[in-house]
Amino acid sequence: MNKVFLSVIVLCLPLLAEAAGGGNNEYIVHAPINLDDKVSLQRGAQIFVNNCLGCHSAQYMRYGRVAEDLGIPPEIMRENMMFTTDRIGDTMHTAMPGDLGKKWFGVVPPDLTLVARVRGEDWLYSYLTNFYEDESRPWGVNNHVFPDVAMPHVLSNMEMELGEDKFNEAMADLTNYMVYMAEPIRAERERLGVYVLIFLAVLAVPVYFLNKEYWKDIH
Amino acid sequence: MSLFQSVMGWVDARFPATKMFEDHMSKYYAPKNFNFWYFFGSLALLVLVNQLLTGIWLTMLYNPSGEGAFASVELNMMRDVDYGWLLRYLHSTGATAFFVVVYLHMFRGMLYGSYRAPRELVWIFGMTIYLALMAEAFMGYLLPWGQMSYWGAQVIISLFGAVPVFGDAIMEWIRGDYLISGITLNRFFALHVVALPIVILALVLMHIIALHEVGSNNPDGIEIKKLKDENGVPLDGIPFHPYYSVHDLVGIVVFLFVFLTVVFFFPEGGGYFLEKPNFEPANPLKTPDHIAPVWYFTPFYAILRAVPDKLFGVIAMGASIAVLFVLPWLDRSPVKSIRYKGWVSKVMLGLFVVAFVILGICGVKQPDLHVGFLPFEITYRALGQICTVFYFAYFILMPVWTSIETCKPVPERVRMAH
Repeated sequence: MNKVFLSVIVLCLPLLAEAAGGGNNEYIVHAPINLDDKVSLQRGAQIFVNNCLGCHSAQYMRYGRVAEDLGIPPEIMRENMMFTTDRIGDTMHTAMPGDLGKKWFGVVPPDLTLVARVRGEDWLYSYLTNFYEDESRPWGVNNHVFPDVAMPHVLSNMEMELGEDKFNEAMADLTNYMVYMAEPIRAERERLGVYVLIFLAVLAVPVYFLNKEYWKDIH
Repeated sequence: MSLFQSVMGWVDARFPATKMFEDHMSKYYAPKNFNFWYFFGSLALLVLVNQLLTGIWLTMLYNPSGEGAFASVELNMMRDVDYGWLLRYLHSTGATAFFVVVYLHMFRGMLYGSYRAPRELVWIFGMTIYLALMAEAFMGYLLPWGQMSYWGAQVIISLFGAVPVFGDAIMEWIRGDYLISGITLNRFFALHVVALPIVILALVLMHIIALHEVGSNNPDGIEIKKLKDENGVPLDGIPFHPYYSVHDLVGIVVFLFVFLTVVFFFPEGGGYFLEKPNFEPANPLKTPDHIAPVWYFTPFYAILRAVPDKLFGVIAMGASIAVLFVLPWLDRSPVKSIRYKGWVSKVMLGLFVVAFVILGICGVKQPDLHVGFLPFEITYRALGQICTVFYFAYFILMPVWTSIETCKPVPERVRMAH
């Protein structure tokens, strides 16, 4: 009977691998993110508030939480990163009033708090680094990863100023920040998880021997 | 007399505390030859407790309204409240764990004939728990009010629209509105946190009471109550407590290791436990590209889609679950356990598992896609249809092969697995 189980399991493994795979765009590359790199996260946060919050919101994220997690002193946060409010407990709302987005772009720019979890970090990084000139589009640009996207290439000046390599690094910082923002607890949960698993591994020892001791006379 | 004894004496004169402990734990005699597959009953109980406890605390943080639900999950639970994220992941991963454990528990029953007389009611109560669990999971999935919550519910509720004449009226009655709205969310919340947990708890109690009345089956499918010593204790039985309580502790630690690895390192389960579109708030005006149910419903979803006609698809899906209820009467074998059944039973059960897993995969794939893992050209729709036919053939033909196949002789006493 065990042979039957084994063959069933072996038969099912490639099926599960098949289920895990998905379609891929040839432009999607691996995003070099590191949630422990506070400096990168701070740079990413700066790019985010300076460029993205103009039209997009991050309404499930509070400025105070960003400041605390990224090690930014509240005064510096207030002076340099908060343009629409003075209260550090506020969530990150866009500077753009109400329905202007719809008027300008044809769609309301989506909230970005969770976009890294909706699209995936690789998609996000590849999207940010894959704008190209296309005269047929209203803004003169298009995107390989998100064809015919309504968003103009907001960071084109930055791309020209920095050159490709430096721009890609900046986009890695921005992606890093947005991955953090989508799940601020991620680094902490993985750190905590290690201790939880170590605890369980240690607990397994007495539990194993307790069971063995009780069962030694059962044949 | 110690203080404990005198207190227990006082209680026992008024409430059968000691008697209940003895009946269900210290003098409940379980077969001594339980193997790996027998961990999943107590694990199901563990996951149930996890769902109830984390669920109670999540209820304190949740706002059951169309305007506030998504924010209460993403802002309150995931960001503002300390360890709110942990409660949420324990609960969401717990849903997946519940189905994993219950599927393995049901498979154990099929493997060793645990549904056979005199345990038909144990099986039927168990199947009813499974049915209630599916309703519970479906309603719980609407609560985060993400895109997949909304559109998944849309798909499932629209199944009732297949009912002739009354379809639209039934859909409206379930939603409480002309489309899924905050009103639907509110009633699903009430059913998810109050009504169904009560039903599930009551059924679990009946499942265990029925089991302890007839006694547990075992991998050999032998009735241990047939051979008893002079005190009326089964020769192959051992007290559940302490033997299986310490034994199950090992299973619990191993289970928690796997479960908490997912909770702390892979809470999204690659998009199968928490689907990616569900990180976007529900939007009735924007249909996601691809609506797939959560993994534990996908085999039945594939059966639904295998039938070209909507009404008959719904009937097939209902029948695929209903047929499990009558399993005790489909198996005509003279032996209970797969160990002593013939090779036809072994091969058929193996193929059944493969068909079930393939159906699960077909349920998440676009039906017109070509299957990648097979050497020949076939679409997921066709593959799902083949597996659907096999799924039903397995049950319909079971009375035939179980009555004619040659079985091995069953020994008098159980064999220990070493």
